[in-house]
Amino acid sequence: MSNTTYERQNPAFYVLIAMLIFMSIGPVGILLINSLKLDVNITSGAGGLLFMPTIRNYETALCDLLWYQPDHLRFCRIRFGGAFINSLIIALISTALTLVMGTMAAYALVRFRFMGRDTMSLSTLAVRMIPPAVLLVPVFGLWNNTFCIGRTTMLGEFIRDTFGGRGDICLAGTHSGIILIYVAMNLPFVIWILQSFIVQVPYSLEEAARVDGAGPFQTFFMVVLPLIKPGLAAAAIFTFRIAWNEYLLASALADRNTMTVPILIVNNASEFDGLGTIFATGMLLAIPPILFTLFASRQIITGMTAGAVKG
Amino acid sequence: MNRFSANRLTPYLFMAPAALVMLLALFYPIAYMIWGSFRSWDPSQSITETDFVGLANYMKLLADPAFHESFWVTLVFAFSVVSVEMVLGVGLALLLDRKIRGMSLLRTLFILPMMIAPVVVGLVWRYMFHQTYGTFNRMLDAVGLPRVDWLGQNPLLSVIIADIWQWTPFIFILSLAALQSLPRSALEAARIDGATPLQQIWHVKLPLMAPVLIVTLLLRLIDAFKVLEVILVLTGGGPGLQTEILALRIARTAREFRELGEAAAMSNMLLMLLMVLTLGMFAFTRWQEARARRLRFTNQEES
Repeated sequence: MSNTTYERQNPAFYVLIAMLIFMSIGPVGILLINSLKLDVNITSGAGGLLFMPTIRNYETALCDLLWYQPDHLRFCRIRFGGAFINSLIIALISTALTLVMGTMAAYALVRFRFMGRDTMSLSTLAVRMIPPAVLLVPVFGLWNNTFCIGRTTMLGEFIRDTFGGRGDICLAGTHSGIILIYVAMNLPFVIWILQSFIVQVPYSLEEAARVDGAGPFQTFFMVVLPLIKPGLAAAAIFTFRIAWNEYLLASALADRNTMTVPILIVNNASEFDGLGTIFATGMLLAIPPILFTLFASRQIITGMTAGAVKG
Repeated sequence: MNRFSANRLTPYLFMAPAALVMLLALFYPIAYMIWGSFRSWDPSQSITETDFVGLANYMKLLADPAFHESFWVTLVFAFSVVSVEMVLGVGLALLLDRKIRGMSLLRTLFILPMMIAPVVVGLVWRYMFHQTYGTFNRMLDAVGLPRVDWLGQNPLLSVIIADIWQWTPFIFILSLAALQSLPRSALEAARIDGATPLQQIWHVKLPLMAPVLIVTLLLRLIDAFKVLEVILVLTGGGPGLQTEILALRIARTAREFRELGEAAAMSNMLLMLLMVLTLGMFAFTRWQEARARRLRFTNQEES
């Protein structure tokens, strides 16, 4: 049966589909529309779709990145730009690290028999269920107290003498601190879905590379990686999405300078006057995942099915 | 014989970075938390200065009505969202499992909700549920029905609705994938035998999909216990404790009440609950694999 033959459907069926689409993307539309409205228009009953769109909210949200001073602002209160850059740094670096480490681990689990393999694969599966809330308490304690370079150690003294400051540096409040926990949180999932892609790489290809004199690492980077690109894309999107959207752990670890966008939204969500600005901030946070979904939905669906159906 | 295993260190080198990070940032924190749950732990102290209190933190929780309430709210939330999402998701998949134009666009639009940040979902739904200018109440006005105080009177229902919006697509996509990979022969046979569409669904499609559906259900259930941000933004756990799920209570106990020992004990209990679910999923997939292997074996013997 070819894929291009479509069955004729009842018109009622199309009405139903239209309703489903409306329900599914309606809230996103509301977000977009409200981000283009003035606060008065958001809260007043009248209007609906009849309003003059304004980019004022976006100007307010992005005021610390703009090269000009918007005329409706006396000072820049919401520092969205800085938070946006923090979010980008954290999400991109943690995604890259997770992918590299995760692919290597998945490869080892699929291709080699070694001692501790079963323990490793079991624990990878088991830690997938840990909620961020459970990590909150220990991560907060460890990142603030234990994962530090003390001021009395050699490295601590060196840092103090070279860069100034108190000399004891803890992971909390740094980008690396948040990146570390995101990498750890995402690794189990990435290892799991990449395994199902690596299994499908024909072993004969690797053997051929071996015969040509490639070492295991060369084989991995030159032969295996190019073949599992779709899996890598799926894993990258999932990892990025979690790092980009996560709020709780970031809020416990970040300080004023390393704050990410979700923290900014939660901190400002209850304020009544900046409603439009908050919607604009939310829209800006939602744009990257929306773009992913539109451009790579096939990869997302494959990744989801590989991650779930295989158990 | 695997030629690579000539060098026995290779697999460990591949494994090392991931293992190290997970050890440092997952297993060590969890161990630290279990240890901390037996201590009277105040955030101003270093943990080594804290006193060992045995099971006191757990006892306190078990006697605390607020904890009981959180526990029940969590269970009610998780089980109700998962059951509604299962019915809706599987139903949608059965409905849309046909050759229609624009199916891939449709799937793309359907998975959009699950990609959007939970804090943003919370934000939008809080607006839609708003008593005076919210979308739902305006819609009720338009058709002449009385307004509903969504977040004040029906907070748990509101939170559940928002979660259903965000996560039904997950079930839908997985069930659709399962449906489309069903063996054609079984479906054909049922059709030729004259089974009505409903009979086909009930006696052929659903039983064949069951393995995937059970794993999907367990995955979604485990994830439902992780939900936090949407509820935080939507209701903040209130009014009262009506929507204060365990994850939220852990965060509040740690941050506002600064009772780290108690929060750690609570985290432990949540972890144990999830562990049981995960083990269930595990046992199920193992059993499933074994059964599939056995079936394949028998089929080969027959042919």
